[in-house]
Amino acid sequence: MESKDRPGSGPGPGRLLPSPSDRHALPGRLLDSERSLAFLLLAPAVAMLLVFIAYPFATGIWYALSSVRVGDAGHFVGLQNLIAAWHDSIFRTALRNTILYTFWANLFKLILGMGLALLLNHPFRGVRLVRAAVLLPFIVPTVLSALAWRWMFDPTFSVLNWLLYHGGLIAERLPFLSDARWALWSAIAVNTWRGTPFFAVTLLAGLQTINPELHEAAALDGAGSWKRFWHVTRPLLRPVIIVVVVFSIVQTFSDFQLVYVLTGGGPANSTHLVATYAYQVGIGAGLLGEGAAMSLFMFPVLLTVVWSQLRHLRRLEGV
Amino acid sequence: MESRRMKRRDFLKKAAGVTAAAAGLGGLTGILSARRAPAYAQRRRLRILRWNDFIAQADEVLKAQAAEASRALGADVTFEFVNVADLQARITAAIQSGSGPDIVLMLWAWPQLYANALVDVSDVAEPIGRVQGGFYDIFQATARSGDRWLAMPHSVGGFFPHYRRSWHAEVGAAEFPKTWDEWREVGRRLKARGKPVGQSLGHGLDASTFSYPLLWSFGGAEVDATGKRVVLNSRAAVESVRFLQAFWQEACDPSGLAWDDTANNRAFLAGELSATANGLSVYIVAKRQQNALRDERGQPLYQDIETALMPAGPAGQFHLNTPFQHAVMRYSQNQRLAKEFLRWMHRREVYERWFTVNEGYSVGPARVWEEHPMWTRIDRPMQTMRRATRMSLMIGHPAPASARATEAYSKYIVVDMYAKAAQGMRAEDAVRWAEGELKKIYET
Repeated sequence: MESKDRPGSGPGPGRLLPSPSDRHALPGRLLDSERSLAFLLLAPAVAMLLVFIAYPFATGIWYALSSVRVGDAGHFVGLQNLIAAWHDSIFRTALRNTILYTFWANLFKLILGMGLALLLNHPFRGVRLVRAAVLLPFIVPTVLSALAWRWMFDPTFSVLNWLLYHGGLIAERLPFLSDARWALWSAIAVNTWRGTPFFAVTLLAGLQTINPELHEAAALDGAGSWKRFWHVTRPLLRPVIIVVVVFSIVQTFSDFQLVYVLTGGGPANSTHLVATYAYQVGIGAGLLGEGAAMSLFMFPVLLTVVWSQLRHLRRLEGV
Repeated sequence: MESRRMKRRDFLKKAAGVTAAAAGLGGLTGILSARRAPAYAQRRRLRILRWNDFIAQADEVLKAQAAEASRALGADVTFEFVNVADLQARITAAIQSGSGPDIVLMLWAWPQLYANALVDVSDVAEPIGRVQGGFYDIFQATARSGDRWLAMPHSVGGFFPHYRRSWHAEVGAAEFPKTWDEWREVGRRLKARGKPVGQSLGHGLDASTFSYPLLWSFGGAEVDATGKRVVLNSRAAVESVRFLQAFWQEACDPSGLAWDDTANNRAFLAGELSATANGLSVYIVAKRQQNALRDERGQPLYQDIETALMPAGPAGQFHLNTPFQHAVMRYSQNQRLAKEFLRWMHRREVYERWFTVNEGYSVGPARVWEEHPMWTRIDRPMQTMRRATRMSLMIGHPAPASARATEAYSKYIVVDMYAKAAQGMRAEDAVRWAEGELKKIYET
């Protein structure tokens, strides 16, 4: 049992001593105990996690393993939905698209975000304003920015095509969304535009924790800017990079809104991601079980990525 | 210090409070066990979920009618309007949670998809259908299961070619081409003048309402009449895909592969397209914005727009028009009231106000509405829908529009068969791909 005389649990300076009746009151005793207080403070968060994360997740697993349809509870079918999804050529296209989309978008976001962070780490006039402005793509709701991009990629009225044409750079309109390859790369470009600020601001915060004396010492030893970046900045920033990349991979792999608004998965399924196709199957066709099974395909991939990256991070911290 | 002894007055106050609380709790327990509101709070409420109509005035009529219905039925009747793309998500959430609107607007064959969650409305639909001379055949496929009506047929939305009359005349077409081959030839001449045909092959309504009639008019079909055997891989389907490839290359704007349901409207109204298959909204917008939307001669654009039926193929002339129906949800506590409302809504004098404000954009669920005097008052291009529903087949034809047909429709398999071919896939391969996908749906 915990002692009531433990430091921190007794009356603080200036506090009136509790009356004997107060001391015996149940709420007071509960609040005096650190364990009880911790439980009370954590309870709302745990309840939220249980209701909004654990319950839907468990329901999703049950759906994936059952023949549930809208309005029909279904029955247990084991791995049948997962096998059916694997044999669905559109799903396989969506899975391939999702992997490509996640890989390239995160690579671009990392490179551009790092460049931006390095730039913003140098003081210049109006740096605060620029730092705030850089966040804009991240702040604007995804649906709105995706709509704006859809207009910019519009097959007939694309402002990008207009600029390129009148700038003498193209003779024919570029098929941003009407060609299968162009459409996927267009989606990757928009995701990169949207996610780069998150990388830049987080990496900037990491950069500002690096002691400038390390750079000065390296410079005195004759290291140029690239060597200083590679041998000083990069290793010290690695834990931040890992955390940012993990977060971004999770978000990008499960992306839905951007592609749903930009292309709806077309043309001919060439931009479907796992999430958009799962929605189409689960909601559009009412096959909740198959839709859930497709969504579940994302789980082991994300779990592997997050686990390996965090393990790497722990190893780094151990060093 | 305040005395801890309770005065008589305080005791009475607290006792009264405790008694009231206990009564309240008892009341709540009673309400919960009875699963109904207490009698004193029983003002009946009816919630109806519909899409945001492309004809805004049509929704205004319904809002006004909600107040009338509230008085007539002694209940609070309210409409909620949501984007059509969000409708299925709302329906799914409502059914799975067992709570939500009492009546839901359903497009296509959704009543088949959600059949288990719907109330039999035969007692509403049968008498109304009899009075109106019988509903169009498409409702037999979408809203009926055996001898049971899953939903009450409400209206039909049309899709048909809109075209620029003067441009077609300039290339020698005094009227719109009657066959696909003629359209290909006229379209080729117009595209050479920089005015292509604009057709969506993206993931949307317009692409489906173009693709299915094309397949049927060449004699192709997804399945046989039993709905259990996929028959897509046929000479007719391959011919239709070959035709599309040529039509696409020679007459169409290739960017149509990326279009959503609004892109062709914008391009047509901007004078970029010679023709596009769409709902009547293209013409209606051109007329409403006649001061802003002008043709190259400076005249109001709408005066140069004409509409026509879909072209005929070797096997006939078909449309895929959108059936709309109202379903009463099984979880609803107000099923009887919902049926009363549907009967009230379909009284001639009530329905007529909604019907006439549409001016041909959406038409009635039965042929009796083809004879309404409205048709003589509206512009010629708006009259095309008058009898077009007679030519409409339904997804899954010639089988009933089952949940599987809806699945195939939702996955855009027929649309993507044409889209893949338009992007260069061999016609035979595109058909084979679609056949494979359909087999997974229909034959498993």
